[in-house]
Amino acid sequence: MAYIPFFGKKMNSSIAVKKRDMPDGLWLKCPSCAEIVFKREIDSGGSVCPKCDHHFRMARKDRIDLLIEPGSFVEWDEHMTSVDLLKFTANGSYASKLEANMKKTGYKDAVSCGRGNIAHHEVVFGVMDFSFLGASMGSVVGEKITRMIERGTDAGLPVVLSCASGGARMYEGLTSLMQMAKTSAALARHAQAKLPYIPILTNPTTAGVMASFATLGDVIIAEPDALIGFAGPRVIKETTQQDLPDGFQKSEFLLEHGLIDMIVHRHEMKKVVVQLLDHFMNARYAENKSAAGNEGAAEDEASAIDVPARESSESDR
Amino acid sequence: MNGYALPFEKPVVELRNKLEELRKAGEGHEVDMVQEVERIQKKIRETQEKIYSNLTPWQQVQIARHPTRPYPKDYIDAISTDFTELHGDRLYADDRAIIGGIAQIDEQKVMFIATQKGRDTKSNLACNFGCPYPEGYRKALRLMKLAGKFGLPIVSLIDTPGAFPGMEGEERHVAEAIAVNLREMSVIPTPIVVVITGEGGSGGAIGIGVGDRLLIMEHAYYSVISPEGCAAILWKDRAYADKAAEALKITSRDLTQLGLVDEVIAEPLGGAHNEPEVAFDNLKTAILKNLSDLQSMNTDQLLQTRYEKIRAYGKFTE
Ligand SMILES: [Zn+2]
Repeated sequence: MAYIPFFGKKMNSSIAVKKRDMPDGLWLKCPSCAEIVFKREIDSGGSVCPKCDHHFRMARKDRIDLLIEPGSFVEWDEHMTSVDLLKFTANGSYASKLEANMKKTGYKDAVSCGRGNIAHHEVVFGVMDFSFLGASMGSVVGEKITRMIERGTDAGLPVVLSCASGGARMYEGLTSLMQMAKTSAALARHAQAKLPYIPILTNPTTAGVMASFATLGDVIIAEPDALIGFAGPRVIKETTQQDLPDGFQKSEFLLEHGLIDMIVHRHEMKKVVVQLLDHFMNARYAENKSAAGNEGAAEDEASAIDVPARESSESDR
Repeated sequence: MNGYALPFEKPVVELRNKLEELRKAGEGHEVDMVQEVERIQKKIRETQEKIYSNLTPWQQVQIARHPTRPYPKDYIDAISTDFTELHGDRLYADDRAIIGGIAQIDEQKVMFIATQKGRDTKSNLACNFGCPYPEGYRKALRLMKLAGKFGLPIVSLIDTPGAFPGMEGEERHVAEAIAVNLREMSVIPTPIVVVITGEGGSGGAIGIGVGDRLLIMEHAYYSVISPEGCAAILWKDRAYADKAAEALKITSRDLTQLGLVDEVIAEPLGGAHNEPEVAFDNLKTAILKNLSDLQSMNTDQLLQTRYEKIRAYGKFTE
């Protein structure tokens, strides 16, 4: 009998561990090409190996800096915090895991959302952070992403979302599964408003997040060599007793099998996203311009951008 | 209860066997037997009441998976007429783990979407042990859009361990198939009633499980991960599935307390497999009542209410 593997947090994190093990180390061994690389060279190069282009896991802040113009990012809902609604205990409580992860990362949960500019485009932007409980989706991740999409819809803005996840956050039980429906429903409305949504799949993006907003993009971008899939490779192997081919569930595999539109090197990411937004928003900007000509709607445009940073907490249930 | 009994069902089975023997022995000279038969019948009921009022979550899961439990197609056959099955996703194949078609419940025409499990090796292989491939979700979406087009309400009956975790599913993007269903089901312009009749296996279940009403049978369960899968991750051993079942809060009672389901459909004492007719009747009544409520709304109200319902899932502080 097969069971669906919304695995929790036990993804292979050898890269992160190695990095942590030598915080003051000047040199780092690349897990892909095994070359010894000057750490500062990696950090200053978008966390990419200068020898083999291996994409290291990227800090949340660096992700924002990669795409968003300096100083333009305004974060929303940054204090929203998960609650241990099931009083879940197994080798330690969910409450204590939350606390440890907040301490470790300095953030309240696994996603940061807000608005900002990518070149000349104003967008709503989110980044999922694998270092916080495997970027698993519980109520907070689901709610913040849903609000971000809704605000994008209300303000007529594109959504760009850097995805990573081990899946649903099982410590929140069925409520975590329902976040898949919630985020997807918000995207239905965003799509009805004819606004672009571009998810960027990073290593790893899997399970419940893949089976909801990560695969609903107008264009789906992936970073090179990222693990992207529904079921984890271990579960597939155990269930089917099949040997998995080299490169199975990697970005290149998914491009070949028709799920994603393109694989984009981190150094090219901003350029590509801007290009896509230029293509998609062209008609809309033209429309706004002609509307502005008719009724001097510079003010309209300003108000469209003015998304409230904190909405009333009517959805705090 | 024919053939298969769970360990905690055994006391009842033994009493029933005793009753059967007694009846056989008593043929011809019944005078003294009547009292004894009544005594054992009363004992059976008392034993059942005791067992079924104190089920652990793990026992509930076992009832939900009981091999003689009615499956969605059994409900369809029992409560509706003229089931016209429609096949295929028009893209790749006709998945047998999710079936669908139009039928009539009393005067009410509906589009049924239903997962399917097998009763023996052959039928289980045909429907992949109830674990859908991407084609199943895409067929379901095709039929649900058809229902939207022709104003047929949708009834989705779910009893699946989950979407099949295999290479083929990854190659054909089961994640995308489920995601698209989640998005589209939020806007399909016709009433949708979802019923978890047995196993509500995570993404595999929610992939045809978004709607205006979420009902659950009394002994069914609905979970983000199987108890075994959760145990393997958290306790490193699937044998701790009973603990995981408890921690995950997956029974109809727990889910009601958490406000995640709208209604629990009562089952006969001992579970739906004990007296299927009672379970069929209860399900039919619940479906018709909910459909009639939903049909009193116009489409805009229906979709707005559905959005607000989906939107409300989640607990957090800020
Ligand atoms: Zn390298």
